[in-house]
Amino acid sequence: MINILKKRIIPCLDIKDGRVVKGINFLDLVDAGDPVVSARRYNEMGADELVFLDITATKEKRKTLIGLVQKVAKEVFIPLTVGGGIKSISEMNQILRAGADKISVNSAAVKNPSLVSEGARTFGSQCIVGAVDAALQKNNKKGWDVYINGGSKKTALTLVKWVKELEELGAGEILLTSMNRDGTKEGFDIDMLKAVTNAVNIPVIASGGAGSIEDFIDVFTMTDVDAALAASIFHFGEVDMGELKQRLAKNNIPVRIQESSDCNE
Amino acid sequence: MIGIIDYGAGNLNSISKAFEHLGFKIEIIKENNDLNRYEALVLPGVGAFYSAMQKLKKNNLVSFINDFVQTGRPLLGVCLGMQLLFEWGFEDKKTRGLNLLKGDVVKIKAGLKIPHMGWNDLEILQNDILFNNLRTNPHFYFVHSYKLMDVTDDVIAVTEYGDQIPAVIRRDNIIGFQFHPEKSGENGLELLKNFGELI
Repeated sequence: MINILKKRIIPCLDIKDGRVVKGINFLDLVDAGDPVVSARRYNEMGADELVFLDITATKEKRKTLIGLVQKVAKEVFIPLTVGGGIKSISEMNQILRAGADKISVNSAAVKNPSLVSEGARTFGSQCIVGAVDAALQKNNKKGWDVYINGGSKKTALTLVKWVKELEELGAGEILLTSMNRDGTKEGFDIDMLKAVTNAVNIPVIASGGAGSIEDFIDVFTMTDVDAALAASIFHFGEVDMGELKQRLAKNNIPVRIQESSDCNE
Repeated sequence: MIGIIDYGAGNLNSISKAFEHLGFKIEIIKENNDLNRYEALVLPGVGAFYSAMQKLKKNNLVSFINDFVQTGRPLLGVCLGMQLLFEWGFEDKKTRGLNLLKGDVVKIKAGLKIPHMGWNDLEILQNDILFNNLRTNPHFYFVHSYKLMDVTDDVIAVTEYGDQIPAVIRRDNIIGFQFHPEKSGENGLELLKNFGELI
């Protein structure tokens, strides 16, 4: 079959006060802290989508985020998800109108689930991404617990139940981060991802643990996820986007291969 | 100048910026306006069928769009904006669309992940100048839960998601993209450029 929905590769950029933090190391770029420059570069490299995670603490500086989304939308024409501390429909509206395509909600959805349902009703499910941080249960290790506040606070929610509820509330997609794997580069959390893709009928984005091209091949061959997200391995050039896509294609994983940019037109 | 119709919340900025990026002048239209100001009209894709039609009616934009189509100048519907061009929509409740083209808009077949979200291929059924200069094996970004039910005579390209999904429609000066050209990288921009060249 020729027409198959492509698996998406998504770089994630942490934004603070309108700048990319945690560092981005594009060898040929003078200022990789500029989110617009980074977004443009990832677009050229063939990223299928971008996620901006705002870790700005104060409301005042939120205005910077709106301005930044406007700037990115002006020159990068691929989907953009914005998340981090968004707590109200009016904030969602501002960010969407500035040019974001989706809003991801994490802790705010746990504290106030109606934010998801109201957001879905107002903007459509496709605009609302339910982001979930989860870790293996400490006592029986049979399931996963949901954490909020950047992974610092355990909730009473269990993962599979919560993602089902997010789907019911109207989330159009689940962005699932494995806290056990995040930053380890040991590969995606296959068991956890399988549990979630079996439980919901909306697209799932795998996050946490990517360390090599093989990890992406594994996650797409062993689970039914629709997309894989990573940060540092892209930022520091440890995994090259173009090479990654080529290898995935060689392994019969449907991906969008960036059109040749060699021609000078 | 290209008029872009604003019928509520959502991302209007991207399609505007895409046209500006291509060198076109644009103006946001919120209510019935002098239609002679515009060489082309765009009905973007945000929100849900019922609320979008309500909003268009409330702001006297239904007659505005109808009158505009009569002039023969190009009208582009994107995503939901494309779906609104048809007879009936079945999102939330059965709702009369703009009724400019024959066909109904129904939910994508059950059993697949919904929304149909991501990059997919086009199968071109009828050649058209809209498809000029696309790079080889182009992909486009889809995000939708509803689709035009049948591959009618007006459908000039389809994509596949479970079954055939009408992706590009054209009848004379009425054009629609089910995907988001403004989010489909270089190939998406090429389509918008080709649309602009119909002016």
